[in-house]
Amino acid sequence: MTLAGWIQIALFCAIVLALVKPLGLYMTRVFTGAPTPLSPVLRPIERGLYRLAGLDEAHEQHWLAYAGAMLVFHAAGFVLLYGILRLQGFLPLNPADQGAVAPDLAFNTAASFVTNTNWQNYGGESTLSYLSQMLGLTHQNFLSAATGIALAVALIRGFARASARTVGSFWVDLTRCTLYVLLPLCIVYTLFLVWQGVPQTLGPYAEATTLEGAKQTIALGPVASQVAIKMLGTNGGGFFNANAAHPFENPTAWSNLIQMVSIFALGAALTNVFGRMVGDERQGWAILAAMGVLFLAGTIITYGAEGAGNPLLNALGLQGGNLEGKELRFGIPGSALFAVVTTAASCGAVNAMHDAFTAIGGLIPLVNMQLGEIIVGGVGAGLYGMLVFVVVAIFVAGLMVGRTPEYLGKKIEAREVKMAMLAILCLPLMMLGLTALATVLPAGLAGPANAGPHGFTEILYAFTSAAANNGSTFAGLTGNTPFYNLTLGAGMLVGRFFVIIPALAIAGSLAAKKTVPASAGTFPTDGGLFVGLLVGVILIVGGLTFFPSLALGPIVEHLAAGAGQTFAAAGN
Amino acid sequence: MLRHLRPTLVLLTGLTLVTGLAYPLAMTGLAGALFPAQAEGSLVRNADGTLVGSALIGQSFTSPRYFHGRPSATVAPDPADSTKTVPAPYNAANSGGANLGPTNPALIDRVKADLATLKADNPADPVPQDLVTTSGSGLDPDVSPEAALFQVPRVAKARGLSEDALRALVAGQIREPSLGIVGERRVNVLALNRALDLAPMPAQQAR
Repeated sequence: MTLAGWIQIALFCAIVLALVKPLGLYMTRVFTGAPTPLSPVLRPIERGLYRLAGLDEAHEQHWLAYAGAMLVFHAAGFVLLYGILRLQGFLPLNPADQGAVAPDLAFNTAASFVTNTNWQNYGGESTLSYLSQMLGLTHQNFLSAATGIALAVALIRGFARASARTVGSFWVDLTRCTLYVLLPLCIVYTLFLVWQGVPQTLGPYAEATTLEGAKQTIALGPVASQVAIKMLGTNGGGFFNANAAHPFENPTAWSNLIQMVSIFALGAALTNVFGRMVGDERQGWAILAAMGVLFLAGTIITYGAEGAGNPLLNALGLQGGNLEGKELRFGIPGSALFAVVTTAASCGAVNAMHDAFTAIGGLIPLVNMQLGEIIVGGVGAGLYGMLVFVVVAIFVAGLMVGRTPEYLGKKIEAREVKMAMLAILCLPLMMLGLTALATVLPAGLAGPANAGPHGFTEILYAFTSAAANNGSTFAGLTGNTPFYNLTLGAGMLVGRFFVIIPALAIAGSLAAKKTVPASAGTFPTDGGLFVGLLVGVILIVGGLTFFPSLALGPIVEHLAAGAGQTFAAAGN
Repeated sequence: MLRHLRPTLVLLTGLTLVTGLAYPLAMTGLAGALFPAQAEGSLVRNADGTLVGSALIGQSFTSPRYFHGRPSATVAPDPADSTKTVPAPYNAANSGGANLGPTNPALIDRVKADLATLKADNPADPVPQDLVTTSGSGLDPDVSPEAALFQVPRVAKARGLSEDALRALVAGQIREPSLGIVGERRVNVLALNRALDLAPMPAQQAR
């Protein structure tokens, strides 16, 4: 750990915080239908789309209709992406002559992108054509991100409204988010990335002759435009197999810093949108503070562990922390911080191989995902995940003092708490249930590349990442097999929709409630006490659910490494 | 559900065309106009126009006459059996890392073997760890300044050049962190080796 490392981390936090208010204000205007500086250009496109779709933009939907629209839209997106992947061999823009993607891999990839997971069982440059990357993956990057934000906004409306029947229009939220928020930011961001060195070309792969006379085929493509949305939309599916570790996806320390900022930017700003729409910005800051506490704790532990290095390698005389699987231009601070950010935020892009992290360095990304990615979280998904925990925290606070719990003037009753628990329980069911399944079936045990506790962690990490819709990997796992393609795909779909639907149900039920005026007995939800309670509830729920699985994986491995023990894979 | 069909079809088609086709194509045009070198992959050519590589992508160096990059764990399909892979360092058409966990004996043994080789070249200095750890992409173009300086005795011997001149060459290639804090001190191996090939060097003094 170095002073320069901590300064880089502080710089990152400062940039993210500085963006919260301006982005929050802009997004609030977009989702309340107010005019924005971009309206003169975008408004005609928006209206044209509504006219073709036969939509009245003033018509709002009941939460059930909102959920129905979202599901139909996703089903159609899934079919489209699956079709493109299967047919890419016959479609244009395929200079490297990639053939059809296998059915199980196409299912996994389509599920992965539709749910904003972007798990990479595909190999990027070795599997997909340029058309699949653009028309298939880039468009789902936009639409799954826009869906996440739309759902968070619907839930916010549930808190903000009183005695209302509707939570907004899914179609309008989706369209406005794509056109007004994601697209303009991506255009500027793409140009920044190209300036830094990210390629953006439709030309074929370059054939170079190295200084030593060998042939080197250099994969290229329209990379920058996809990297921009994969970061901003917290998608994380890379153009290349090595994702953001690849010098063409992430060429410089600046591109690395800005990519981390862009992962957090919209998620953090949504807490401000929440505050503005419920009429009290401090409520948003309180939620962001709870996220910040958890984020800083994770960063300190991961940077500490990676900075201290692998005891087994340090014993051989290596110095300066753990550089295995990391790129030199980012160093240890730039890699450790990226790992925490990408898993806190449901992004899943990786700029270093998490598989090669020390046991404790790899534990934090795992915990971040197990908590449900509520630390800033996926665009939208983080906020609605966090608000689900807020419901539980308020309920716990109410039990402590023996009053009906209230949040923002809304009584939190049995229905909301039941829905919140449903959303919270579906994640461990998928993460732990599927891990357990994989550890007893031969097809599951064939996956891990490493033996012992690390192999277990690879499996646990995969299902955690899938159900949490993160998509980062402990890449040693051979995930491109029918067993893993199907189980991981199922995990992603359940992990996405069984959180979304209860969250929308909470939105609908809250919107319909009357507002009760605050009284002397109302628990203030904009202060340190509430932040502490919320963090406590998250850690207790997460800890009770997942500690045994962590003890079997990273914690055992950490103790073993300290004692000098290694675990040889069978066959080595 | 039927009433959702028309908006689904129109918006899916419309937004897909905007974000999946118009956006990347417009960006390709704009990027090519504003930053043509970067958009094409920062390719490096010799004076005669032959393509040598990319400034951002590392390449494999094994000759003692060149400075070496970090170990690379990239693979390529086995020509004999396409279901298997064979090691192919710095394969820029299939990026990837080693994915050996911290307690995997294969990792420890690999590091031990690399340390032994490097110590034979230069017994005097401690081995910088970037020379024995693989990068995440397998295409890392950089090494630390210490790693470049560590290789000076070997390159000097292989080329019959003075160590001092080589150290000066390395010093000229060191890139400092931006603004003093963002990033790490590093040396681009391809740039260093190209400079090595081009620079007129004083021959080593006969001993």
